[in-house]
Order: sequence, then structure tokens, then C-alpha cells
Amino acid sequence: MNKKNIVFIDGCRTPFLKSGTDYLNLMSYELGQFAIKGLLQKTGLNPKEVDQVIMGTVISNVQTSNVAREAALSAGIPNTAHCQTVTQACISANRAICNGVNEILVGNADVIIAGGVENTSDTPIGFPKKMRNKLFGAQKLKGLGGTLKFLFSLRFSDFVPVRPAVAEYMTGRTMGQDCDIMAARFNVSRAEQDDFAYRSHQLAGKAQEAGYLKDEMCEVTLVPKFKAITSDNGIRPTAKRAKLTKLRAAFDKKHGTLTAANSSFLTDGAAASLIMSEDKAQELGLRPKSRIVAYVFTGQDPEDELLLGPAYAISKVLEKANLSLSQMDVIELHEAFAGQVLANIKCLESDTFALDKLGRTEAVGKLDQTKLNNWGGSLSIGHPFGATGSRLLTTASNRLLKEGGTYALIAACAAGAHGHAMIIEKYKA
Amino acid sequence: MVEDYIQKELSNGVAFLYLNQKDAKVNIVSPTLINVFEQVIDAVIADDSIKAAVFISAKKDFIAGADIQSFTADKIGDFQPISRKGHALLAKLENSPKPFVAAIHGTAYGLGVELPLACAARVASSHKSTKLALPEVKLGLLPGGGGTQRLPRLIGLQASLDMMLTGKNIFANKAKKIGLVDELVHPSKLKIAAQKLALSLVNKPLKRKRKITIVTKFLDHTSIGRSIVYKEARKKVLRQTLGNYPAPLEIINCVETGLQKGTEAGYQAEVLKFEELMMGSVSKELRNLFFAMTDKKKNPWKEHSQDLRTLGLLGAGFMGSGIAEVTLDKGIDIVLKDLNPATIQTAKKTLWKALSKQVKRKSLSKVEAKNAIAAVKGQVDYKDFETIDVLVEAVFEDMAMKQKILAEVEQFTKEDFIFATNTSALSIQEIGKFAKHPENVIGLHYFSPVSKMPLLEIVKTPATSLSTIATCFDLGLKQGKTTIVVNDGPGFYVNRILAPYLNEAMLLLEEGADIIKVDRIMKCYGFPVGPFALMDEVGIDVGAHVMTGDLAEMFKKREGAVMSKGLILMNQAGYKGRKNKKGYLAYDKNGKKIRGKANDSVYDFFGKPSKKEFNSSEIQLRTTLLMVNEAVVCLQEGIIESIQDGDLGAIFGIGFRPFTGGPFRYIDQVGAAYVVKELERLTSNYGARFKACSLLEEYAQSGKKFYELPS
Repeated sequence: MNKKNIVFIDGCRTPFLKSGTDYLNLMSYELGQFAIKGLLQKTGLNPKEVDQVIMGTVISNVQTSNVAREAALSAGIPNTAHCQTVTQACISANRAICNGVNEILVGNADVIIAGGVENTSDTPIGFPKKMRNKLFGAQKLKGLGGTLKFLFSLRFSDFVPVRPAVAEYMTGRTMGQDCDIMAARFNVSRAEQDDFAYRSHQLAGKAQEAGYLKDEMCEVTLVPKFKAITSDNGIRPTAKRAKLTKLRAAFDKKHGTLTAANSSFLTDGAAASLIMSEDKAQELGLRPKSRIVAYVFTGQDPEDELLLGPAYAISKVLEKANLSLSQMDVIELHEAFAGQVLANIKCLESDTFALDKLGRTEAVGKLDQTKLNNWGGSLSIGHPFGATGSRLLTTASNRLLKEGGTYALIAACAAGAHGHAMIIEKYKA
Repeated sequence: MVEDYIQKELSNGVAFLYLNQKDAKVNIVSPTLINVFEQVIDAVIADDSIKAAVFISAKKDFIAGADIQSFTADKIGDFQPISRKGHALLAKLENSPKPFVAAIHGTAYGLGVELPLACAARVASSHKSTKLALPEVKLGLLPGGGGTQRLPRLIGLQASLDMMLTGKNIFANKAKKIGLVDELVHPSKLKIAAQKLALSLVNKPLKRKRKITIVTKFLDHTSIGRSIVYKEARKKVLRQTLGNYPAPLEIINCVETGLQKGTEAGYQAEVLKFEELMMGSVSKELRNLFFAMTDKKKNPWKEHSQDLRTLGLLGAGFMGSGIAEVTLDKGIDIVLKDLNPATIQTAKKTLWKALSKQVKRKSLSKVEAKNAIAAVKGQVDYKDFETIDVLVEAVFEDMAMKQKILAEVEQFTKEDFIFATNTSALSIQEIGKFAKHPENVIGLHYFSPVSKMPLLEIVKTPATSLSTIATCFDLGLKQGKTTIVVNDGPGFYVNRILAPYLNEAMLLLEEGADIIKVDRIMKCYGFPVGPFALMDEVGIDVGAHVMTGDLAEMFKKREGAVMSKGLILMNQAGYKGRKNKKGYLAYDKNGKKIRGKANDSVYDFFGKPSKKEFNSSEIQLRTTLLMVNEAVVCLQEGIIESIQDGDLGAIFGIGFRPFTGGPFRYIDQVGAAYVVKELERLTSNYGARFKACSLLEEYAQSGKKFYELPS
């Protein structure tokens, strides 16, 4: 196999906004356009150098089903760069980035922009299946008679829109319900979860104040008012810890421990990362921030391991890179739910889990929480499904530079019972 | 010979006549081609295997116009036979037993419209590059290829006058709407559509149905209506040209003659008037101006220019946002930096308004407009400044401030960025004194309002490198500006020649002249706005700044200098001109000029003289000759490096009487001796500030012309 080094130059994202706020009128490709444009402006990369653009997305809009293409073209990427949109639930951007890594490794590309977009405000709302069948049939109808026949066939219920659900297709349960079950299974208490959520907002608030988050963002201004959107709007550093205790359980009203505060919220946003071969970076005179060491994807049982991906993936990627958890100086875990992060940490620290599930003789190791998500996470910053992976890579690289250290670990879970983990190394010239 | 211009291809009984001028980028029609077209048309008519024919271009444009260089005649009557021959050819086309169809894609100017007008039908591509125009009026001419006769008959009197009197581009959709073309298709289907159309015309001619309103029907088709249209058109033309440009009136005359006395009389009028206009000095100078402008469309230092992907603008105010506006949608990223986020927001709104206008006109799609505005990044800090290739600063006009800003940005930019200062008066050399790379420091003097003023004055210093100049010249080209490159010196070129002109206008006020009358007299002389309206537009504050700095110091040292203080006093009293509705002229609440009304309080700043009547030509000469003399001084001192730049700068920067061709062409026309004589007279009457410069006296004595070659 080719021994090419793959490096991460820089990343850029739009401010992440709560669904239904300022991005309400945008199409999701426009968010992607801003992130890619911002990345180009930030790095000074000549768009002509870009070979491919790969973007992840979860809720795709039929008008722009290859949203990567629309985002790239409108950001000024030449039409000779080809583009693909990939989807793998919450790790779609991670998938996009890793596909990019592969493309460079096999020699198909040198320079890739990879990331993701999500605009839950741009969700296509559908008609019920029955109505869609009628409408489909109506295309073939002719004349007044046909039109009348169609009109008389309509029932009131046909017009009730189908709400797109975030439910697992195989099990019918929503992800929150699943996580609630998992938290119970691994004995993650409500208090632990609330503590973790509180921590996330506190840390994000500090990072915001220090300007770390702003460094990763491009400013967004929208037609026609051009009010500058310069920061994430979900971070609540002033929220009181005591207040979290008062919230009602969101998914399981009776026994549940998950609340609106310790679950990530629906978010709109986009992020993009610039990756390339080390040789190309040298040729272009760009200084990489990190080098991609190894990555893995895993699949588990959707029935009871829906969100346990990180535990599996971390174990696997450490093995692959021949490194240990304690060697990781920076850890960035996607925070779908506080309970999910904590359950995964418990699994990593459990000898039985290691023995039963990971094929290890002893636990993966203790995860040092002082290294974990020090600039906040999905619980506070928000989680645009398709884009989070690119934010994780960018933040992990930036933290390596700011906090020092050698290795960073990135991991995330995804619907469909998938896991992903990646190890990067601070770039040494 | 024929094959060098037109290639024939036969397909299914239709002859495709490919206009494809060999060894040329575009198809240009000249009188020598009349024979070529005649042979081709005769061959089509004589060939029994051909049922119909299609004129189509093998190049990316249809016909870009006529060879203007060939429009010459020594005496009256020399050019008429050429016109008549052309008319006969087009008549042959029009009356051909076999249908000819024009298939138009790309630019179709002048004969590019008149040839299709003589065809049986026209089909055009819907592509945005397709534009039709009769731009002759802009060159002081009239459409001499039957345009004044066939166009009104096809699209109606009012629409045809609009097209011929403005010379404006008619894009595909509009062309179809007004009936100028019969069908619109995608460029790839142009050939097949033209073929079908041509074959269908073999059996029966096209029936055109035009939906017109009752009002249009009355105005276009009744003699009373038409006479109203002619009257209004003449009134409007005279209001705009003040009698300085004969062509628009002659166009109306030709149309009227044709519609009233029949086409024969119409064509006859067209032939006579075309030649008359062509031989007149106005058209001659406008054509010279056109050539000079065309020359400027090429960057003479192309091989030295650097890639320009990101343009930085310091200051998002009126000037900064104006520069951004002309850079939109040109493939250049724009970084708009200002200390105040609200200013950036306002600038973006202004830019969006400009883009929305283009969307409304359909010259830009909504998506393209959104992409264009997305390329504008607003910021209050120096983040990512290392990506900037050219940085234009448009901050407050203060030397220390500009030097400080240059030193500040150098910390954040890349080593080889170009620092361009948009000053109207400060020394570029002085601004760049402490620069890390003085070779990358240059002046880019844009004129306000940037989107409307066609000139860019590039100011170089002895240190400025060729690559810096070349890159900025490219920028000017992309922004659609006519660009002149001048040397650093007080006021550079444009403000330098403007200052004595404005000063003289103000001295006239001190002597008792009337603001409105002076403005009107100068407009009649050929300036698009009078000196006082100009100062209001530019801004009293800006003017006062120019009038107090190095430029004023320089003029003060001149023999017999008399400087009016009025402008400076006005500025001190808070007069800023149009932008704060306080200037020489009176404005209503919305900032609109109140016609014919001056702001009478202004006279206070000029010593409240009692009103006096002035001879019009004395006002015109006193002001204008100072400007003309100063232009020659600039040539003498090397501020401008060519007389072409001197003429273009005066016309596009100030509006110096365009039909004279600029100060240097004006001197050539009237003779340097006359100018010197008049200046001597003014010197003895008004003082030594009117003394002719030595170079001008030299030309007066030798009788030499600035433009050596006959023009």
C-alpha cells in the first residue's frame, strides 16, 4: 500500500444555529457554500487546486440531492472538480473525510474538501404514501374528466403532512428512547448526565469567550438584511446547574433520565475540512495542522448497541495505530446525548465489556476527562448531523496546537448502530 | 476571396452561409465585403438545388459591427456610392425570391442587425451573450445600412427610436418581445430552427402578430400620433445634447422622411446624412475616442501581471462599497474590512441592491447574484489578511493615518501584496515612504460614484514595479474601467487639471456670476454637468480637501495665482454638497435637485458680490482654457506619459467636451496658436494665471500638432 501521508490543513464552519432560527429560509447547499467559501478564503487555496468535494448530509432535499455539487459550484470551485454527497447518519462528515483520505491514498486526488451540511429547516415535508400514489397517477390523467376524477378521489387525510421522524427504521424507536435504555443499562444516573451537559455548556462558553470557536468559523450574512451571524446560538454558559435538575424527562416520561438539556438539539450548519497529501501541501506552501494517522468504522447491533459505536471504534483504531488510550492528549467525542458519552466511557473502562465484546483481555483504559471536549461539544455547540464530523477534526487539530500534545482521538456514534474513530497527530514538519 | 469570408454548406435544400472572416477573431463588415455578399446571394438565387438560405456565424459572435476605419471620404459625395451599393445589396436580399433567414448568436451590432433586418425572418439564440444593437449614435453616426427605414417598419416607431437613439443592447428575450427576432432557441438548436424556419418560408411568408396597446397603435400608426412622437423625441434629444451632437436628430429626420415620403426618400436621406455625419468633426472625434478606448482594453504589460484572486478593501463606506460593486461577479473574492459592522452591513445591502437590479434585468440569475454576494466577506479585524493580493484602502484622507494603516496591515498580509491607496490628493510616494516594499505601493484613484464613473486613474511612483502596475491595470479592466496610468504629483492628472477650472468658476462667482447660469453655459459648451453641480456631486468636503493640500500649495506658487477661498469656507460651514443636501444647488427633502434653483446662501462665502452679466463664451474660455493649459503642463512635466491618456482622463474623469476628443485633440482642432492667443488676451484682462505654458507656446510657434498623424 501507498505510504502517502495525509494531512489536514484547516477547517471552517458556519456558526451552528438552533433549527428554525436565522437559517430558516436557507437551502442546505447554501450553508455548504458558506463553509467551503470560508475555507477557501481562510486558507487562501486556489479553487483550481481542488480535485474533489465530498460532503455528508442526512436529510437531503430532492432539489439538491447531490448537495456537495451545488455547494461546491456556488462557492467557486471549478466545475472540473467532481463532487459527491455521502450519508451515514451522524458520522456523515467523518465518512466524507475518510472517503477523501482514500481517494488521495489510491491516487485519485491530491486535494480534497470534505465536510458536511445539514439544514433541518430545509427538511422536505412529504405527503402520505397514499396521496403520493394518487399524485403520481394524476400525471397520466387527461382532460377535464380526469382532473375531476382526481379531485374527487382526494380525502382530507391525504393532506396531513408526514413529519420526518428521527426514529430507527429497524426498531421503530427514536434515538432518545434508545439512549434512555442504554443509560439505564450502564447505570448512568440523571445527575451524571446533567453534570456532563452542564460541563459541555460551561466549556463551550469559555472557548467562545477565548475566541477559539470563532477561529473555526466564517461569518455568515444573509440576503437581504445582511445581519452578521458570528457565533453559535445554542451555547448557554449562564444556565444554572440546579435548573437542569428541574427539567422533565423528554423521551420516557416515567423512568427516563434523558432531558432536553442533556440531549443534543436539532441544529443547522455546515463545516468543511481541507485535506491533501503531504507532498501537495509542501508544493502549495501550506502548513498542515495535523496528520491523519488511522481511522475505522464499525457496525453493531441496532437492537441494543445503537449508540455504543465509539467504544468499539476507539478500541479498534487504537489497535490499528498501535497506540494506547493514555497516549491520546486530546479527545473529541461527539456528544449525541450526555448519557451516550458516559455509557461509552464506562464501556471503555470495563474489563468485562473488553472481554465479552472487544476481544481484549482487559479494558481499553481510563478515559481522562480533563482531555475530553475541552471546547464544548455537540450538547452545547449543536449537532448538524451531516457536519459535526468536520467540526470534530478541526477542533481536535486546533486543540493539539493550543493545548500541546501529540495525538488526538476523535470518535462518534451514529444511527444504524455505526461507530467511527480517528487518530490524528500534530503536524511536525 | 469569397471563402475567406463566407463558407457555404448545403443541407436539405437550405444553404447555410457561414460568416467566418479568416484571420480575424470576430466578423467585421466593411464596404469591401459588399461584393462578397453579392456573389453569395446571387449564387444562392441562381442555384436551383437551393430553396432557402441561412446567414449564421461560425464564430462566437454574429457580426460585431462595421469596420469603422473604412468610414472615410475626402469630399462630399465620395462615400455616397458605397452606401448606395450597400443599400442595393440589402434590397436584393429583401426582394429575393428565395427566403433568407438570419440565425443570430452572440453580438450583432450595426450591420449585424441591419443585414438580418433585410432577411425574411430572424431566429436568435436565447444565450446571454446574444445582444443586438444599433450603436452608431454613440459614434456620432446613424444606422446607414437601411436601419432607419426597416427597423421602424418591423418593431414600430417608438421602439425603433429608442433603440437607435440610445444605441443600447437588446438582449435575446427583449428582442423577441419587441419583435426584432421571430424565434428564440437554445444555441445548440439554432441551426435546426433556422433551417425549419427557412423551409417554411419557401411556401408562405411569415405572419407576424404583435400585441400592441391602443396607445402604441395611436402613436406608431397615425400621423397625429407620429408627429407627437417626433416632437417629443426631438425635445428630449435637444435637452440631452444641447445641440452639440447632430446624429440623434438626423436619425429622427431619416425615420420621419421614410415613414412620410416612402422608403425611397428614406434611403436617400440615410445615404446623404450618413456621409454628412461621417465627415463632421463630432463623429470623427467620437470615433477617435472609441479607438482610444478600444486600445485601453488591452493590458500593455500583460506578461507582468500577477494572479488576483482576493481584493481587500479597507473602509466599507461609499467609496469602498463602490469599488466592491464594480468587482462583484468578476471571479474575485472581496474582503471588506471596516471598523464598524453596521457600515459593512449597509455596504452589503447596497451591493445586493445593485445585484438585484441585474437580476431584474435578467442579466444575472438569482443564484449567480447570491454567489456573487457570498464572495464578499465582511470583517472588522485583520483575520486571514494573508490571502489578500491587492488591498485598496479608502479610509479618511490623512497622510499620517494612511501611513499608519499601511504599517498596520503589513503585519497581517503576505509579503508581496499590493497596497493601493484610493486617495484623491495625497502623495503616493509619501504614503509608501515607510512601506516594506515601496515597489508594491500604488495609487488607484477611482471617481465617485464608482459604479457610474468610467475612469480609473492609476498613479505610480518611481518605485512602483511593472508587475504592480500590470496587476492593477488588469483589475481596472475587469471592473470595466477605462484606465490611464499617470505619475505621482499633486492632484495626479485629473484633479490637477480640474482644480484651476473649478477655481476659475468660483472666481467668477466672486465677480458676480450666477451659479445656475454658469452651470448652464458650461453644459451648453459640452460638459455633462456644470462646475458647481460637479462640486456638489463630488462633495464640497472632498473638493476642499483637494484645494487645501499639496495641489493648492503648488498653484499658489504660480505667477499671478488667485485662489478662491469659497469652497474651504463652505466646508467649514458644514456644506458637503449633495450628500448632505447642502451645496451650491438647492435640493428637496429626498436629495433631488430642484431644477434651476441655486442655494442662494452660498453667495455669502464668495463675498456677496452684486450680480453681473457675463459673456457666455468668456465664461467658457476662462474656465476651459485653464484646464487645457494645465493638461499640457502635465504632459510637459511627465505627469501623463501620453496625449491619449490626457484626453481619456479629461473626458472620462471630468466629462471634458467628449465631441472635441479631449484637450489635446481640441488644441489640434483649433490650433495651439489660437489657444495661446486667447490665453494672452485673458492674461492681459484677468492676470498672469492665464499664462500659456512653454510647451503650448512651442506648439503655437512651430504649428505642430499633438496628434502627428492625420486623424
